[in-house]
Parts: sequence; C-alpha cells; structure tokens
Amino acid sequence: MSRADTTAELRDEGPVRGVGAVGEAAPVRAVRPLWSLGLLRNELLTTLRRWRTLALLAVLAAVPVLIGVAVRIETGGAAAHGGGDGGGQGPAFLAQITNNGLFLVFTALAATLPVFLPLAVGVVAGDAIAGEASAGTLRYLLVAPAGRTRLLLTKYATVLAFCLVATLVVAVSALAMGVLLFPLGDLTTISGTRIGFAEGLGRALLIALVVAASLTGLAALGLFVSTLTHSGVAAMATTVGLLITAQILEQVPQLHAIQPYLFPHYWLSFADLMREPVYWDGLVKNLELQALYAAVFGSAAWARFTTKDITA
Amino acid sequence: MDEAAAATETPPPASSPQEAGEEGAIRTRALTKRYRGGQLAVDGLDLTVPAGSVFGFLGPNGSGKTTTIRMLMGLIEPTSGTARVLGRPMPRHTRTVLPHVGALIEGPALYGFLSGRDNLLRQDAADPTADPRTRRARVAAALDRVGLAAAAGKKARAYSLGMKQRLGLAAALLQPRRLLVLDEPTNGLDPQGMREIRTLVRELASDGTTVFLSSHLLDEIEQVCTHAAVMARGRLVVQGPVADLAAGARGRLVVTTPDPAEAARVLKEQGAGDVTADGDRVSGEPPERDLAEVTAALVTAGVRVRGLGIERASLEDAFVALTGEGFDVAG
Ligand SMILES: Nc1ncnc2c1ncn2[C@@H]1O[C@H](COP(=O)(O)OP(=O)(O)OP(=O)(O)O)[C@@H](O)[C@H]1O
Ligand SMILES: [Mg+2]
Repeated sequence: MSRADTTAELRDEGPVRGVGAVGEAAPVRAVRPLWSLGLLRNELLTTLRRWRTLALLAVLAAVPVLIGVAVRIETGGAAAHGGGDGGGQGPAFLAQITNNGLFLVFTALAATLPVFLPLAVGVVAGDAIAGEASAGTLRYLLVAPAGRTRLLLTKYATVLAFCLVATLVVAVSALAMGVLLFPLGDLTTISGTRIGFAEGLGRALLIALVVAASLTGLAALGLFVSTLTHSGVAAMATTVGLLITAQILEQVPQLHAIQPYLFPHYWLSFADLMREPVYWDGLVKNLELQALYAAVFGSAAWARFTTKDITA
Repeated sequence: MDEAAAATETPPPASSPQEAGEEGAIRTRALTKRYRGGQLAVDGLDLTVPAGSVFGFLGPNGSGKTTTIRMLMGLIEPTSGTARVLGRPMPRHTRTVLPHVGALIEGPALYGFLSGRDNLLRQDAADPTADPRTRRARVAAALDRVGLAAAAGKKARAYSLGMKQRLGLAAALLQPRRLLVLDEPTNGLDPQGMREIRTLVRELASDGTTVFLSSHLLDEIEQVCTHAAVMARGRLVVQGPVADLAAGARGRLVVTTPDPAEAARVLKEQGAGDVTADGDRVSGEPPERDLAEVTAALVTAGVRVRGLGIERASLEDAFVALTGEGFDVAG
C-alpha cells in the first residue's frame, strides 16, 4: 500500500472505468510530480501558522536576548576582565562576547543545543503523525489520498525544515543582539589565530547549519515514535523523554562504551569549526551518527506507518 | 419508487468480471476484520454495491459498518477476504482509486486553528492528482454547495457540529467523484441540512455518482436509497433493492371498529396470527385467505367495521425484524 502506483501498473489492469456514469470512460487522473509537492508546501505553511510552533520559536529567540542582556549587565561596570575560565566550549565563547558581538551567536547556539533546540524539535517531530491521528485528520489525508510514503516524507522534510528554521532563529536573534549590545570586528579563534569579521560571519552560518544537522537524528527518532501511537501528547512526551534520557546517559562515566552511539554525543563538536585549521574529526562523526539515526529510525517509521491500521 | 424499480436487476449480469462497470462500484468477498484486541468486527462480508445506485448501509451500533468502510478506503488491512472498489483491489490501489472517491468517515475531522477554507485547501493539496491552478475555485464551489460560503473564513474550531459536518462533506465534494462514501452524513445536521443532503445525494446520483451511505435514520434511507444492506454483529443479514427489503417484512391487517373484542375473535377464527387490540384498532398478521372473505366474516358476526386494510411495513419494521428488538449493543 506504500508503493507508488506506476503508470505501468495502470496499463496492466486498464484504467479505472467510469462505473458511475453509464458508458462514460473518464480519463484516469494522473499523479503529477510537481503537484505532489503541494502537500509539502501546505505542510510547511500549516506548521508555521500553528500557535505552538510560533511559541517555540519565540522562546528560542528569547534565549540569545537573555544571554546578551545578562552579559552586558554583568560586564557593564567592571570592564573586560580577562576571560580566564577556559574549560568547556560554551564558556570559552561566553568570555569573548564583550570583545566581539559575533561570539553571542556561538554562545547562544551552544546554550540552546543541549536542551531548548532539541526540545522544540522533539515536540514538532513527535506530533507530526500522532497529532494528525489524534485529531482524526490523518484518515482524511490518507483517503485524499496523500499516500503513506509521501505523507511520511513530507512530514520528515517539514521537521527538518523546522530544525533549520529554529536554529536560524537562535542565530539571527543572537546576531541582532550582538550587533546591538557589543562591538564587532576581527575575532580570535579557539586556536588563537585571528580571522576577519566576514570570515567569522561565514563560520557562524556554517555552525548554524551544523547545529541544524545535529538535530536530524532526533527528528527521525521523534517521527518514529510518532507512528507508534494515536496520541500526539504521548508521542511528544516520549520523544522529549528519550532526549533527556540520552542526555543523562551522556553524563554517566561508567557508560562510556555506549556513549558514542547516543545521538547527542558529538553535538558540541560544532565548536571545532572555530579552530584554525578546522578540526573535522568530531564534526564528521556527528554527521555520520545523525545519518545513521535518520536511516535506522526513518526506515522503522516507514515500516511501521505503511503497514499500520489507521483506526483513529 | 421508479428509481428503485429501475435498479432492480442486482447483481448485474457478470458477463466479463474484468469489466469494472459490470462488477459494481464496491464488491467484497468474504471480507473479514478481526481487530488486534481479538474483536471480530466484520465477518465474511459479501457486499455488492451496483454502479449508479444510492446504497444504504444499515446496522445497529457496533455492527461493523465503519470497520467495513475503513477497509474499503484502505485505512485498515482486512484480516482475510478481498475488497474491490471501482473495479480494483484495495488497499493495493489506493493511489489510483481514491482520487475518484469522496469520503466522510466517522464524522468530520478538522484543523481547529485553520479556517474552513484553509482546511479544504489542505485536504485538496493532499491529493496529488488535484490541479493546484483550479484549487481555490473548487474549494469555493464545494463550500458553496454545502452552504458554508459565508462562514468559510471562520476558524474551524468555532464551527458548530453541523457546520463541521458540512465542511466534511465539502471535502468529499472537492472533485467530481465516481463514488461517495458517507458514514452517517446527516449526524448533527438541522432539518434543513438533512433535506439539503438528501437533495444533494439525489443530484449526485442523477449525475451517475454511486453513493454509499451508512445511517441509522431509516426514513432517510427509505427516502433516498435505491438499494440497502443490513449488518448485524459483523455479518451481512440482507442486501437488495430497498423496495424488496421493505416488502420482505409482511404488512399487518388493521381493522378499525367500535367492537374490538368481537373483531379480534373473528380475526383469530379467520386465521390471523398475533392479533392485538388497541382501542378501536385491531391488528394482526394477515391470514392467507382473501381479505374479502375476512370482511364478510366480520360483517356476518355483527362487527361494525369503520375501516379495514393492510398497513405496509416500513423499512424500520424490516430492520427491527432482521436485527432484533434488543437495545443493548452486542459485545
Ligand atoms: N480500533 C478498534 N479496536 C478494536 N475494536 C474495535 C475498533 N473499532 C471498532 N471496534 C469494534 O468493532 C465492532 C464494530 O465497530 P464499528 O465501528 O465498525 O461499528 P459501527 O457499525 O460503525 O457502529 P456505529 O453505528 O456505532 O457507528 C465493535 O464491536 C467495536 O467495538
Ligand atoms: Mg460507525
């Protein structure tokens, strides 16, 4: 039922006859590839028009504002105190914000990647199929007929688009705050070399793309969970629960053997894009892991959704 | 009644079963569904819906009507048996068959945060065979057809039950269809709405659309349907032209008289079964013999007769006779 009917199949059995009207042989309505994209367009618009989506994006946009204002207030009186607290990758960026507003972009992405961004993606992905099922609209999409494979692909593409939009919202909000509150100029990479502002901006965009790509594994996982239940809330809660579980497991040293297989394991490797030269190892591993999750859970979601009884 | 008489030859002579036109708009063979919980919802259903008919699908609550419709629409997989819709096996051919089918299944389902119009635009965008260039016009026409044009811009969350039902119907009418499957379409509608639906169904049927209609409202079925089938506990009890079904339940002999006791005695003597007297009305199952003789016997016995006749059984009588009087839903 998942398989697209090809025109070859049509020829096998002859066209659907105009059984309604006597003697009338109406033409078979053909599937146009371009028309098929209409659903994707509608899905993107529908998702972006939901009050819930807008609320999530608003929260994400607020994070860089809060960080920016906090840093500004903190350092307002006592001028730049030498950023000595290296340690984690996040704080390394944080200390530099007062010197260069562009660092607010890196800081905001580092701050939202562990929790806020994946939370938002988990909500949207978990709701993708299960939300339609609980509203009953899934059966009408399927008799339209949207086609199960096409609907699933449309939903995944939309969740991926949301990953990108959510990340860009954080980045753009951070950039705006950075420009507003702090000086701009050349920046110092983690390796200590200096790069120009334009190149820094390019790296910021690249980092945003890598952060968005880091969320694709979770998106596939959420979509799979979404095919398992008829309750949108249950699917969202489960997806977010899995995210939190993975993040906790990341913190348990005894579990280092399985940690490289947890989807958040290489998330913070995006900071390596700020090295000179760029240190690709972690970045590549991250993307490989996300692709693995997307393949495994995408296939599982497909296998489940194309054979599932839709009774809601 | 002319409509019913015209469509009496069921099933159509199956000279070549490959011809979709010959095999009916819907045809199921031993269609069976057992839900995962073990509930046998549909049990060996052999249903034939003639092309061009308005087909009433009747049955008490829980008798398997919606389950059957879900299988026909490819939403659930039959446990065994086959279903063909517009001449093609389902659920294998959902992609080619369903663009020609408009459906309302178990009530409407809407996106509350979208307007009525946007709900239909989305439904139409989901169909890859629907031309986006004519989308807006078709949506407007469908809204107009169900009387929702004025409320099209309102958020669907603010729709009343009947308005939602109308919007669901509009979604089924976005394209010219060969088959309409309507699961309880008049649920929640006001009397005008019901009338409009009946008119709409007749209109569509006269254009050659086959309409498959499930309902509990037997009046409604009797008024619009040419054919009907009755389900009970997942099994098909009977199917055929509506006129035949109603005729299947025998009418009752009714005598109106100021002497009910005497009349009842005479009717029993004359061979009428199940004789009951209610005020000046005495009724019973008509005896085999000529009614003229019954009348003569009544008069001879000195019964003063005001009226005597056969009351034709309604579809409701037929339905109750077929599915039982009990009110409780079968488990
Ligand atoms: N998703 C489900 N899982 C398990 N059993 C189900 C499910 N849906 C329906 N059933 C059972 O299948 C039987 C038939 O249900 P169905 O919904 O087809 O009845 P119906 O004829 O449409 O009833 P109604 O007139 O009330 O709409 C019932 O006994 C019901 O309990
Ligand atoms: Mg039902």
